[in-house]
Amino acid sequence: MRPASSADSSQMMMADSGSSEEVAVICNTDITSTESENNIINTMVERGTALLRKMEISVAEADKRTGKNTVNMQETYTVYLLETRPADSVPEGGTPAAPDTLWRRYSEFELLRTYLLVTYPYIIIPPLPEKRAEFVWHKLSADNLDPDFVERRRVGLENFLLRVASHPVLSNDKIFFLFLTEEKGWREAVLETGFQDKADSRLKSLSAMLRVKNPDKRFTALKHYSDELNTVISQLLRVRARVADRLYGVYKVHGNYGRVFSEWSAIEKEMGDGLQSAGHHMDTYAASIDDILEEEEHYADQLKEYLFYTDSVRSVCRKHELIQYELEMAAQDLVYKKQQKEELATGAVRIFSLKGMTSKLFGQESQEQRESKVAALEQSIQEGEEAIKEKNTESQEFVQKAWNDIERFTAQKDKDLREALISYAIMQISMCKKGIQVWSNAKECFNKM
Amino acid sequence: MSVSAPRGLASSGQKLITEILHPLSAAEEQLSPGPDVSSSSSSSSSVGGGKQEPGLTNGTPVEMSNPAPASQLLNRLQLDDDLDADAQDLTETRDLFVTVDDPKKHVSTMETYITYRVSTKTTRIEFDLPEYSVRRRYQDFDWLRTKLEDSQPTHLIPPLPEKFVMKGVVDRFSEDFVETRMKALDKFLKRVADHPVLSFNPHLNAFLTAKDLNKRQGLALLTKVGESVKQVAGGYKLRPRPVEFCAMGEYLDTFSQKLGTLDRIAQRILKEQSEYLTELREYGAVYSSWAGSEEQLQRPLEGVAGCVTTCCGALEDASENMSQDFLPVLREYVLYIESMKNVLRKRDQTQAEYEGRLEAAILHKQEDRTPIPVEVERCQDKVECFNADLKADWERWQRNKRQDFKQLLTGMADKNINYYEKCQAAWESLITVLQDKQTEDKTSETN
Repeated sequence: MRPASSADSSQMMMADSGSSEEVAVICNTDITSTESENNIINTMVERGTALLRKMEISVAEADKRTGKNTVNMQETYTVYLLETRPADSVPEGGTPAAPDTLWRRYSEFELLRTYLLVTYPYIIIPPLPEKRAEFVWHKLSADNLDPDFVERRRVGLENFLLRVASHPVLSNDKIFFLFLTEEKGWREAVLETGFQDKADSRLKSLSAMLRVKNPDKRFTALKHYSDELNTVISQLLRVRARVADRLYGVYKVHGNYGRVFSEWSAIEKEMGDGLQSAGHHMDTYAASIDDILEEEEHYADQLKEYLFYTDSVRSVCRKHELIQYELEMAAQDLVYKKQQKEELATGAVRIFSLKGMTSKLFGQESQEQRESKVAALEQSIQEGEEAIKEKNTESQEFVQKAWNDIERFTAQKDKDLREALISYAIMQISMCKKGIQVWSNAKECFNKM
Repeated sequence: MSVSAPRGLASSGQKLITEILHPLSAAEEQLSPGPDVSSSSSSSSSVGGGKQEPGLTNGTPVEMSNPAPASQLLNRLQLDDDLDADAQDLTETRDLFVTVDDPKKHVSTMETYITYRVSTKTTRIEFDLPEYSVRRRYQDFDWLRTKLEDSQPTHLIPPLPEKFVMKGVVDRFSEDFVETRMKALDKFLKRVADHPVLSFNPHLNAFLTAKDLNKRQGLALLTKVGESVKQVAGGYKLRPRPVEFCAMGEYLDTFSQKLGTLDRIAQRILKEQSEYLTELREYGAVYSSWAGSEEQLQRPLEGVAGCVTTCCGALEDASENMSQDFLPVLREYVLYIESMKNVLRKRDQTQAEYEGRLEAAILHKQEDRTPIPVEVERCQDKVECFNADLKADWERWQRNKRQDFKQLLTGMADKNINYYEKCQAAWESLITVLQDKQTEDKTSETN
């Protein structure tokens, strides 16, 4: 099982650290692409949770499809193959059972996420990989059907599924389970939940400018932090793309040495051979940057995930604001009603009002009328008090659940990003080693001249 | 340069004019932004740098305060000669050591100029004292070179750095410019002093020892010679060069093309590196500012920022090395090629003179049946001497070139290796820190 095994290896790495051999182990960066992919997944996903223990989940491949869309237009889109298999289905030494597979489009992932977002307002829902390539440097294609982009998105989608599947709450969701297992009828099942109506009404109230009187300081701070994080990560990604561009330039210009050395070698006697082979090393040097930057793109993807996470965090904050707002509105309403009742009871109209005028013009209300009004008010006050109680409980529950998840998220974030930084450092070391290697080779050639 | 005009005109008739012009014009093209190129390194970054790499110069312009580079260069040169197996005997029998250093600025009412200290140590009997130390300015070097060229026309005279007076483009008194020029002058003088023939030239002796150089005469002579050369060039129709000299000419053409390309590549790399450096600095700064808004991640992020800063420093050093050491050598060889071509042309003229006279004598002989006159034979001797000198110098030059480029390119490789090693060390230490932190967390969790 992929996540488990990679988790083991990372634990080993951590356990070893401190010993002097550690650096050597870490620096052995000749990992194959699949291994490094595993590492990346490993850094992104928490280990050992309910669904993942029972089920192995992966997005195995991507494919292009052509079909007609809703307005009957021909379109090309990408579908992703979801593979699931029971985790304990592999007997010792036996071949694993054939996995259950089904195809999903990116838009279905989006639907799933929207559903989760609405259904679990107190949870920081894992983000999807970007719809369109952002923060690209010049060599990177922004085309949605570009194979590299599709591949990176495949990794991102798998990561999303593993994140949901490893989440203590989300992993138990029925719709999510159906998403993994039922190719047909899933969409209907989602829509049946009626989450959209909820989403619409919530969204409407969200779009209204909320003025919360007593915001929870913790949430305000969290919102502030996620704004900051959003700014700093997007800035980082922008600068990184430029750094990648420049680094690419530096390497590629060195490639010209390859050509010149080779041409020059033609007119030299003793120096010829050395120049010629040094030229080859310069070619190698120039070519090496492609892989280096390709690998670095994974790091950018890890950062991007947290960039998008900031939206999820902000969404939780907004929902908390909304609940707080509703609570405050209810409280205000109650205060108003109580005031009304008091007025009726004392019969005093403190301020000039239309009601005061009418009573003066048309005479006092009868005692019965007044009593029934008071009774109605009392009824509604009681309802209001209950509503407040309810809202209070809802709010408390929300805060508790949300804060639980926020704490879980913070721990996950710190761990993931630390590991991402470590793997970034490893990449840098690997780049340095490649550089040293190539230049040492070239030096040998120069020395023979 | 006053000499370049006659040189251009004197191009031999047999060679395709374009073929000869191309490298020349290429060289000239570099001449015009040349000042910065020649002054290389630092000034190249300061001039060209106006538009491309302000970052590089700002970092470490003050080389002169630090005596290391000069002595490094000295060591390098000596090492270089020691390494040269072919020049082994020469090293053993070497008895003339010269150094150019300690530039000083002189300000008078008329002009402002720089002088350099020229120190000599020798055991040669031509010198009265074992040691000399005099101060010379660029003009004096120019005088010496002209004198050498004049009195030793059959030899390859090493090039001087460009005269170059484009005021306002390059600050001639900037430390970078002076430093680079000083290195080039040092190189020039060392090459002359190491030459088996040139080093015995009395003008060199005067240059190294005299308190005051009497240069007037020399300068006047130069213009005269220049003109006469021009006349000779125009007057004769040249026969094809002998194959070996043709090959030299062709070699020089191709080589200067390649040097031009190398120079452009190196400049371009410097430009790319400086742009990379700019972005990288900002990149590091973003990590620092991120660290400010994190608790657990503060140290890791600060660590990354620190690493990026270290890499910036390493890159800066590498770029500076390249512009200080790499580009000047390319520059020197571009000029060297010009000198070499000039000698080749002079050889052609000598040959042409001989052939002209010979033809005339043969005609004469057929009419008068008189023996071939002595002047013609003398001319023939002159051509043969010229050929022999030129071949010897050519061999010498090839040996030096091989040695210089071997050293230049291995140096470049070393610098790159060094750069990567510094970066690698930084990132490795970061990983150790990050993982130590992680185990700390782990243990504190389990406790």
